[in-house]
Amino acid sequence: MEGKDVLIHITDRDGVSHQVNAPTDMNLNLMEVIRLYELDPEGTLGLCGGMAMCASCQCYINSDHKLPQISDDESAMLGEAFHVLDSSRLSCQIPIDTSLVGLKVTMAPQE
Amino acid sequence: MIKTDILIIGAGPTGLFTVFEAGLLKLKCHLIDALAQPGGQCSEIYPKKPIYDIPAFPEILAGDLVDNLMKQIQPFQPGFTLGERAQSIQTKDDGTFIVTTNKGTKHHAPIVAIAGGLGSFEPRKPPISNIASFEDKGVEYIIRDPELYRDKDVVIAGGGDSALDWSIFLTAVASSVTLVHRRNEFRGALDSVEKVQELKNQGKIQLITPGEVVGIVGEKKLTGVSIKQVDGVYEKACDHFIPLFGLAPKLGPIADWGLEIEKNAIKVDNTLDYQTNIPGIYAIGDVNTYPGKLKLILCGFHEATLMCQSAYKRIFPDKKHVMKYTTVGGVEGFDGSKKQAPKAVVKAIK
Repeated sequence: MEGKDVLIHITDRDGVSHQVNAPTDMNLNLMEVIRLYELDPEGTLGLCGGMAMCASCQCYINSDHKLPQISDDESAMLGEAFHVLDSSRLSCQIPIDTSLVGLKVTMAPQE
Repeated sequence: MIKTDILIIGAGPTGLFTVFEAGLLKLKCHLIDALAQPGGQCSEIYPKKPIYDIPAFPEILAGDLVDNLMKQIQPFQPGFTLGERAQSIQTKDDGTFIVTTNKGTKHHAPIVAIAGGLGSFEPRKPPISNIASFEDKGVEYIIRDPELYRDKDVVIAGGGDSALDWSIFLTAVASSVTLVHRRNEFRGALDSVEKVQELKNQGKIQLITPGEVVGIVGEKKLTGVSIKQVDGVYEKACDHFIPLFGLAPKLGPIADWGLEIEKNAIKVDNTLDYQTNIPGIYAIGDVNTYPGKLKLILCGFHEATLMCQSAYKRIFPDKKHVMKYTTVGGVEGFDGSKKQAPKAVVKAIK
């Protein structure tokens, strides 16, 4: 099956913006895409592996995309994360699919 | 001074399994871990999460994996230094190592196996600009001695189990307890949440939700905190501020041991034995890196196994050694226990 890529705009922790093609057919989440493109030093992002159990992959959503609802786990983690804004999400909880074309996110500062 | 054959830094799954593989070679192990209990991330972060890629376990909870490993290594009587972080390493003239913890406990071994995962778990510190200058001057991230808070006014921040449990505990000791959390909901155990509710109703805990401690007030010592609430920022006088936001792993002092570090991990020779650039020091599991590295528990087990064979050769360079299958050699514990496959019975039928 040939998958479609979606173009996503990611601003890294140094304020540099990147346009990346995220594949939709690899069961990836946004945290993994950030890792895939090495936009953050290894060992600093997604420390819990993507279980919504740390806040190392927090990002701010800057576009109006409809994203999956925040689960209780994610909500609880954001409740204890630092640098949280209304637009905060854990990027590991955002699966990559075609609805994310043009998504704009900024990575939250490292804790 | 604690003496052992293999000193393992990190008591996560990889570190624990090392004890088993070393034990088969009659090598004794001692483990150091910054956490108070063995199991590393599996115990600290996700004990109730199922793992699906442990060979021969279609599904196992991380906490159960740790329990099983502890049972498996029990015959080899490992020693533990828990709740202490491996701080410094010194190489002796004979090539052996002395590792000292942050509490001064010294360990001596010819082999050091770093199985430190993502690093030692340290308290998460809230991003309050002047907080560092008040550490141990009214700001504590860990409660070591509850007596410190006797008859004091204490502000605790956090929304998890430790924030709830310590708030409950300190009501019996402190003069006043205030719990600040950014949400109205708490994610702790239900009975802890209910207990806090009860203590709040009795006026024994002041609950400030949604609220966030955003500043420390004081000169040489903390005298209060600034709390941001929906309608503004208020100052609250107190003697202690205890932020309890859980723990996060940091590579920590190991990064300064002269080991080659790449991508926040320790570079090892994966073609042979996972040895680092310092002979006699190995790095196994999530803490190491090499071309093609995967941070998986099952890879850590494999690395531990090969590493032990190399460690044996280093300790006993002149001894001949042949790897034995446990189905053939059984498991002979240091505690005198012996497990062995039952022998087949050969009997004639008359």
